[in-house]
Amino acid sequence: MDKKDFYPLLFVFLIIAIFPWLVGGNEYFISILIFLGINGIITMGLSLLMGYAGQISLGHAGFFGLGAYSSGILTTQYSIHPLAAFLAGIFLSAIIAFLVGKPTLRLKGHYMAVATLGFGEILFIVFNELSPLTGGPSGLSGIPTLTFMGYSLEGARYLYLVWGFVILLLLFSLNVINSRVGRALRAVHGSEIAANAMGVDASRYKVQVFVLSAVYASIAGSLYAHFVTFISPSSFSLMFSILLLMMVVVGGAETIWGALLGAMVLTLLPEYLRGLEDFEVLAYGGILMVVLLFMPQGILLGVRKLFEKKRN
Amino acid sequence: MNERILQVEGLQKSFGGLRAIDLLDFTVVKDGVKSVIGPNGAGKTTLFNLITGIIPPTGGVLQFAGRSLNGLKPHTIARLGISRTFQNLELFGNMTVLENVMVGRHIQTVSGLFSAGLRLPGMRKEEREIKEKAWEELQFMGLEEKGVMKASALPLGEQKLLEIARALATQPKLLLLDEPAAGLNMRETGKLSETILRIRERGITIMLVEHDMSLVMEISDEVLVLNYGKKIAEGAPRDIQRNPEVIAAYLGEETGNA
Amino acid sequence: MVALGFTMIYNATGIINLAQGEFVMLGGLIMVFCTAVLKIPLLIGFVLTVAVVMLLGALFERLAIHPLKNASLITLIMITLAASILFRGVAMFLWGKDPYGLPAFSGGQSIQLWGATLQPQIFWIFGITFLAVFGIGLFFNRTLTGKAMTACSFNPLAARLVGINVRKLVLLSFGLSAAVGAVAGAIITPITLMEYDRGPLLALKGFAAAVLGGLGSGVGAIAAGFIIGILESLGAGLISSGYKDAIALLVLLVILWVKPSGLLGSAEESQLKKF
Repeated sequence: MDKKDFYPLLFVFLIIAIFPWLVGGNEYFISILIFLGINGIITMGLSLLMGYAGQISLGHAGFFGLGAYSSGILTTQYSIHPLAAFLAGIFLSAIIAFLVGKPTLRLKGHYMAVATLGFGEILFIVFNELSPLTGGPSGLSGIPTLTFMGYSLEGARYLYLVWGFVILLLLFSLNVINSRVGRALRAVHGSEIAANAMGVDASRYKVQVFVLSAVYASIAGSLYAHFVTFISPSSFSLMFSILLLMMVVVGGAETIWGALLGAMVLTLLPEYLRGLEDFEVLAYGGILMVVLLFMPQGILLGVRKLFEKKRN
Repeated sequence: MNERILQVEGLQKSFGGLRAIDLLDFTVVKDGVKSVIGPNGAGKTTLFNLITGIIPPTGGVLQFAGRSLNGLKPHTIARLGISRTFQNLELFGNMTVLENVMVGRHIQTVSGLFSAGLRLPGMRKEEREIKEKAWEELQFMGLEEKGVMKASALPLGEQKLLEIARALATQPKLLLLDEPAAGLNMRETGKLSETILRIRERGITIMLVEHDMSLVMEISDEVLVLNYGKKIAEGAPRDIQRNPEVIAAYLGEETGNA
Repeated sequence: MVALGFTMIYNATGIINLAQGEFVMLGGLIMVFCTAVLKIPLLIGFVLTVAVVMLLGALFERLAIHPLKNASLITLIMITLAASILFRGVAMFLWGKDPYGLPAFSGGQSIQLWGATLQPQIFWIFGITFLAVFGIGLFFNRTLTGKAMTACSFNPLAARLVGINVRKLVLLSFGLSAAVGAVAGAIITPITLMEYDRGPLLALKGFAAAVLGGLGSGVGAIAAGFIIGILESLGAGLISSGYKDAIALLVLLVILWVKPSGLLGSAEESQLKKF
């Protein structure tokens, strides 16, 4: 972790710590923040993949779904301990990410985007079709909430659990970024050919970061499943993959804080747009276009640039 | 010290119908500066790309310090001790000057994803060493004042020096410089020439592709002349200058300072 | 047909337009609007539909693609994605979420042919598709404009230097591809209905066909489209029909992994295309 990351991290920690008290235990606000944390975990992983390593994935909702369904199916149909199911989800996502990643990350730009899109869609179809296991389009219900040492982890306690993960993963990510591995990833982004010439095995690192981002998504999926206790394929569709992408791009793909900011903006925004049900899709498309056209580096860097300009 | 560090035999590279390199044989002797010259399109950069594994040869053998390079990937070849700069600059524009050189330390370090993510003590020690060594190379190339600047913000001459610093950080046995003087003015070229000789003093063998003839003649121990992918001459600079075939190949070509 | 649209834009700009499916969707729905609500005769409605969507395609290029000429790859991909969302949003707003049908272009009687029951619409589809391919093929290979378009994607700077108006051609390529998409939408709606969110799946399958046929080749695109369609139907018979869509996607993935240049494209071409 770099020096400049310490204060924002502390800030996040403190805000989350006092949040339940801040909103007087209001379940609605707490649940929004839980979703924010869950989305944030996925976007952090995506930021590592897209912002730092410079690759793209339009199918990450699939890995999110894999985590969610692993936790869901194993705890309901096979009565396996949530922790084991959680690890199984991670393991499954990692393996699939590895198998899919190896050939896909060799592709260039647009091809990679479409391949990941296709892959995400295939997973979506599988979630829908494997009804005996996944419950098909009508979904899977009865997923148990989590307990720890006799305490039921709901409400504020679940908030702490989710954000505990967020902070740990954030720390992990920041450490990776400021390390030899992080530099190798950024080198691959900067010039793959030069990275290889300097001894960085670009293919291997690309797959590694892809697997890592898939694991993040899987963790988020498991946390999601145990929170909402009912999951259906519609939460893991292309729209969600695109939404995730939007969060990363809107916030600023190039920094991990940007990804979190994007998650925040695009998790809170729908709450404001609640009333405009039909406009939702329209609004998303509109916002995305505006940001891309005027602040392609995302809000975080865009705003920072504005400040720099004013200073000069 | 006549040990051979690089041996090339019967090297061939064809692109479709075009023979870019045609049955090329030569050796590079340790601790020397060997320049490769020839008219445009003679195959010089292709040769470098073949040596560093960016493209596979269509035929022939490349041997480095006793090992065959054929079929190896670029990053593996880098690990064996060959490093390079690029004709069209391939800097990591998104990173700072110092970070660019730090990437050069990749081969000499080992921390993986987990030790990095968990910031294990071994990794922290390694990070300090990486930073130190990177600073050393920047100082060697005279760029230490610009360490925290973004690489893309440097002027062209210094960007070229940065690429060399980065390549040096890998601790290569053989350093390939692809037209390092292109775009440099006379003063910068003079400094470059000095720098190359200092690199040689470190015990690194150097291969140079260049068009700037005065630079080539001044610092080379041996010169290899290519034309249409074939070797037309090889030997001491003075002999090359007088070689009628070489002169003929360059007739009608702008040679600059020859 | 969708594949053809992809190929055209790719030929002119090197971009993959992820909103291509939306043009098809719009083609179908606007056609429905024309015939059902405005009660315009079929042929005029058809022409009108194609014109409207073509205009939308051109507008899209002008407003969204052109300003981002030098943007990064991710931004370009995102912008076509954003546009597809926007189009879908508008469509959902205007038409709601229900599927709509169109009356067949001619006659109502199914025809019996070699043991299979064919609707007459099928012949329209085949006929129009072949006409489109033939026409576009002629355009790209014989006319100066067409050849100029191909030049643009290889090297826009050089194209500009020899006097080719790259901006106009890129605009044209988007317009044409939107038009092709609209035609596709209009001719398939009588058989398969059309709803607001069919875009992405159509786009994916179309892209699969485009890649299978080789991204440079128009004929390849159409041929591949047929191949995928046949594979889908066969697969739907063998495995459950829900997985039908997955088949085209699987084909896409396999082709991208194994031979990105497709069946008729050249390996060098796929490597030369810069992204």
